[in-house]
Parts: sequence; structure tokens; C-alpha cells
Amino acid sequence: MKGYLGIDVGSVSTKIVFMDESGVIHEAIYLRTQGIPIATVQKGLTELKKRLPSGLKVRGVGTTGSGRYLAGIVVGADTVKNEITAHAVASSLQVPGVQTIIEIGGQDSKIIILRNGVVSDFAMNTVCAAGTGSFLDQQAARLNIPVEKFGEIALRSQSPVRIAGRCAVFAESDMIHKQQMGCGLSDILAGLCDALVRNYLNNVGKGKEILAPVVFQGGVAANAGMINAFKKALGLAIQVPPYFDVMGAVGAALLSRETVSRTGSSRFKGFGVTDTEFKTGSFECSGCSNLCEVVQLAEDGNIIARWGDRCGKWSNAFAEQEKIS
Amino acid sequence: MRVTFPHMGNLYICLKAMLQYLGVDVVVPPPSSKKTLTLGVKYGPEFACMPLKLNLGNFIEAYGLGADTIIMAGGCGPCRFGYYAQIEYAILKDIGYEFQLIVIEPPERHISELFNKIRHITGNRSWWQVIQAIRFGYQKARAVDEIEMAAFKIRPRELVFGATDIAYRSALSLIDSASSPNELDRAKKRAGVIMAGVVLDESRPVLKIGLTGEIFTLLEPYSNLDVERHIGYLGAEVDRSIYLSEWVNDHLFLGMLKGLRSRKDACSAASPYLRHFVGGHGQETVGSAVNYARAGFDGLVQVFPFTCMPEIVAESILPEVSTEYGIPILTLIMDEHTGKTGIITRLEAFIDLLERKKEFRRHAFS
Repeated sequence: MKGYLGIDVGSVSTKIVFMDESGVIHEAIYLRTQGIPIATVQKGLTELKKRLPSGLKVRGVGTTGSGRYLAGIVVGADTVKNEITAHAVASSLQVPGVQTIIEIGGQDSKIIILRNGVVSDFAMNTVCAAGTGSFLDQQAARLNIPVEKFGEIALRSQSPVRIAGRCAVFAESDMIHKQQMGCGLSDILAGLCDALVRNYLNNVGKGKEILAPVVFQGGVAANAGMINAFKKALGLAIQVPPYFDVMGAVGAALLSRETVSRTGSSRFKGFGVTDTEFKTGSFECSGCSNLCEVVQLAEDGNIIARWGDRCGKWSNAFAEQEKIS
Repeated sequence: MRVTFPHMGNLYICLKAMLQYLGVDVVVPPPSSKKTLTLGVKYGPEFACMPLKLNLGNFIEAYGLGADTIIMAGGCGPCRFGYYAQIEYAILKDIGYEFQLIVIEPPERHISELFNKIRHITGNRSWWQVIQAIRFGYQKARAVDEIEMAAFKIRPRELVFGATDIAYRSALSLIDSASSPNELDRAKKRAGVIMAGVVLDESRPVLKIGLTGEIFTLLEPYSNLDVERHIGYLGAEVDRSIYLSEWVNDHLFLGMLKGLRSRKDACSAASPYLRHFVGGHGQETVGSAVNYARAGFDGLVQVFPFTCMPEIVAESILPEVSTEYGIPILTLIMDEHTGKTGIITRLEAFIDLLERKKEFRRHAFS
């Protein structure tokens, strides 16, 4: 079998998919990044290799997510793309004709507006993380319920209570207050979903024309309570694609297919990278008053990339596409 | 008297020239850096915007180099900046940095108030000399702007990555070190040669992006995480809605010099959307968005510091400009964060969007 790898290294989770040449997803792996992106990518690749039949050929690799450059250098990616483009590409394939993409991940949330199959507008939360996966995670932990059960419990609510949604701090204190007043757990959770949807639409979706078909993806789309709250708020059907939680990786795989069809060959270093020792380190450059934090990546003791300097003194020593800033 | 002032991009080149021409002892603070920001955040009020914090840091660092007098711009609202000179002075005093403060602001009762302040800085120099000094400073501002504009044009087309930045830095330092109008003329020519020497790939398709927003975050690259440079690296040409010389012409010369873009143009372009002064450059931001859209730019980027009221007003109006003219607009809010990944991700996606849109249009019409 021949196919493409898509790797999405997000703040909270790392997603890896294997897609065959016709665009069918064969394997999808979802791991927690836990602050160690390189080791997580290596772990994911080991797992993927185990699951895939032997004799398989990787024709191209794409990386995305906030850790895309690092992952791209580690595996030898053919394309390194931002997550907005990756999500849009994946969605257009899975839901033809999609006009609005709601994506809520661990640390960020975005809205992507497509018209005629082309991204026409997008927005990403800039200064507020209320309503993202991390906050839901944290609240589930505080209430001692597994985050997977969150949506199910919220759906049982008969009359959701009102929770402040502008700020995670306000939301939490409101939740605690309502809980101490004796409101039911399901009503509080449903109220929180409503609040987060309100915050998303006001903060991220402001000024955008939300038209059907609407696709909801990202880790938070697993939460039935959130799906329901979006349905109520928008008055539109919400579609959750089958690979909703790995869409970024699907997009990266698709983009790598596009790149490789142009370049002809892949830069993939092979599954052997799982045994290679990668080491990152940083130092403060004292060349000028900017005092840049320069980060370097070593592969088996050889430095293969540096980034973080404003002037290019350190990063320019390496090939252009391996540069980060 | 050893005079210092806050940094705002290349403003120091023009101010230093002006003051040194009059024989004033000038202390230029070290360029804004992580250290500047750390000092500013430590002593500044949390809810103030980032420019205040960087100003404070600049002053503290300049104090360490022997500065004892601050020249600072003032104003009278609605933007909070008008009050910053006094606030910063009070904070510095509290933490033991004794400065003398000279605020250049619109006079309260009579124009003589402004003249007295200038007198205070210049001592017994004649008004003729003062005018010559201002002229010299202005010429430097113009020279610096021309270099910047050249850099915006060549960066997306450079064959060797980083070549523009090297040329830009050396051209700038030539202008900075010119100490008389004659020397400046020579420096300008040499700077032009340096900028023209960057090898270009003329065939590369390049997008055009208008950069607009709040003046400080526009002009000070440290505060906008080098947004202009990153747009250039991503293959787009930038034009900025405010240049130093235009600002000087608008605010110091009251628009006397013709042929430069002025705030009047921007404000009249803004009038279908915003007919009111809302503080800072809010009105100009809306107006320049309209002007850029009319001039056929592919996209717009608005930058401003977190909590900036005038720009928040503009931000809420921009979607209307965007729909009416069909021009995508990206808003970037700057604060203490120094991690660039977020900004680069958004810029990259934005440029992807613009490219695909342009391609789509080309296919549709061909």
C-alpha cells in the first residue's frame, strides 16, 4: 500500500493519520502532547507502524499545528502548513460544499468561512482561551466527571442555568456559585455549553456570515452538549465529520499529496526517526540587546536546525525551509 | 541636561538629528528588547497598554546611560496616551529615577506655551536654527522612510533569504550617522545604491498587503513581533498606513508639505463609515482601509496593542469595509507575548487565503 502521512502537533494533543492515494483514511492516532512534542511524534509513529501492514510506502508527509516546524524537521516533511489551511482542505474533502467550519481545539478556537470551495475569511481567538478544550477538561476534572461523559450529562438537562461566558474566570466562579446554590450538574454543564458557544460566536465568529453546511470539528466536537448548544444558537444543522478530531492531520496529508505530485519525491526520513535521538536546547544570544532565545535541535548529536533569532545569525546557517521565525 | 525620549521604530534617528543639530546632549535608549519590556511590565500598571510599558523601560534604561531629561509627546484624549507622560513621570519618581519632564502637546491657552517648552530644550539658539534643525530631522525621517519603503518592496522578491535585512540595516546606519545636510545627501545616495544592490527574482508573483492600525505598534517592530518582515518573507509586499515623515508633516507642520499622504485623505475616505475623531488613529485606520481597497491591495492587516480603544472602534467597523470592497482583513492584537508562532500561523493562513482568492478570480475571468 502507498499513502501519505499527516501529522498535527497541537498544544494539547498530537494527531497522526495515514491516508492512501485515493484519500481514504486507514489509521488515525490521537495522543496527548504532554509538553514533549518530539517524543510524542516518535511514539505515534511507532504505534502507526505497528498497526499498518508491512511493505507500506510513504509517498509524502505533511505537518501542521503549533508544533509543525519542529515535527517537520524531525520527520522530514514535504509540506509544513498552518492549521487553518489544513482544516479547510480536510473539511472540503469530507463535506463537499462546506461553507462554515467551526473548529475548537485544546488551546485555540477558529472559524473558517469558505465560499465556492475557497477560504474567504477566518478568525482565531487572539486574547481569550475561554471555551477551548483545555477549559472544558479542567472543569470536568474539577467536577470529577470524565471529560468523555461531559456531553452526555449536559444533554440530560431540562433547564440550563445561565453561566457567564466572556471569561473563563467568570465562568468558573459562576459555575461554583450555581453549584453551591443547589443547581443540578446537568443543568450547569448545559449552561456552560451555552455560555461557551455564546462566547465563541461573539468573540471568534463576530461579523462573519455563518451559512450551512456547518461543520464542527476539533476535539471539542466530541462533546454532544456543545453540538447541541451550537444547533440551538445557530438554528442550523451541525455536521461532525467521522474524523473530526484529526482533521488537521488529514489536511496535512492531503497537502503533502499536492506537494509531492509537484516535487516528485518525498523528503520523509522513514520510520527510523522513532529510534533517532533528538535533543532540543536553548540559549540566550548575547550578540545584541534583543537577547533572543535561540532554540536548537540536534539529531544524534548533530545540530540540524536553529530558530528564534531575530537577525538570522543562527537560523540562516540552515536551509531556508527549515527556518522557523 | 542630557535628553532622552521613548523609542518608536526609527523615530530616534530623526529626533537625535534634530536635537544634536542644536547641540543638545542626547541619550538614545538601547533598542526596545525583552529587558525593556520586563522593566516596563514590572513597574507599569497591569491594565495599561504595551506602549506605556515599553516607554517606561526605555526611560529606565536611558537613566542608566546618564539621561536626566525626558521629552515625551502628550495629547488630550480620548486615547489614554495623552496622560502617559505624566503617569510615567510619576512612576519613575516613585521608584527613584529623578527626571525632568518636557511634554510636547497642544497648548492649553496660548501657543507661547509650546514655544517656551522648545526654548527650554534649545537654550539660547535662534528660532532660525531651531527651524533648520527641524528641517534636518524631517529630511532624515524622509530618508529613513524611503529606505523602509524600498525594503518592503524588495523583501518578498529577494533571491537570498535575509539579504534585504542586511541591506536595510546598513542603509539605515548610514543615514543615522550623517551629521549635516550635505552628508545626509551623500548618505542617501549611498543608501539607495545599497538597497538597489539586493538581487531580486522579478518573476515571482507577489501579493500586496496594506498594514494599518495604531501608530506605536505600526512603527515599532519590537512591539508588533516584526509583522512587516514576516509578511515580506511570506511573499507579500507591504505598505504601511503611517510613515514617520507623514506623521511629522501632519502633526508638526500641520500638513504644510504637499504631495505626501495626509490624515485628511484618510479621514475623508473614512467618512461613509466613521465621521468622528475617536482618539488615536481609529479614524485613519478605517480611512486607510478604504484607500487600500480602492488602490487594489489584496488584503489588509490591522495591528494594535491589547485594550486600545480607538482601534477597537475601528476593528468593529472594518468588517463593513471588508464586505463592501471584498477585501479580506486580519486583525492582530499585540501585548506582552513574545512567542511568534501564533502571529506567523495567522499570517501564513491569511496569505494562503489571499493567494487562493486571487487564483480563483483569475480562473473565473479567464
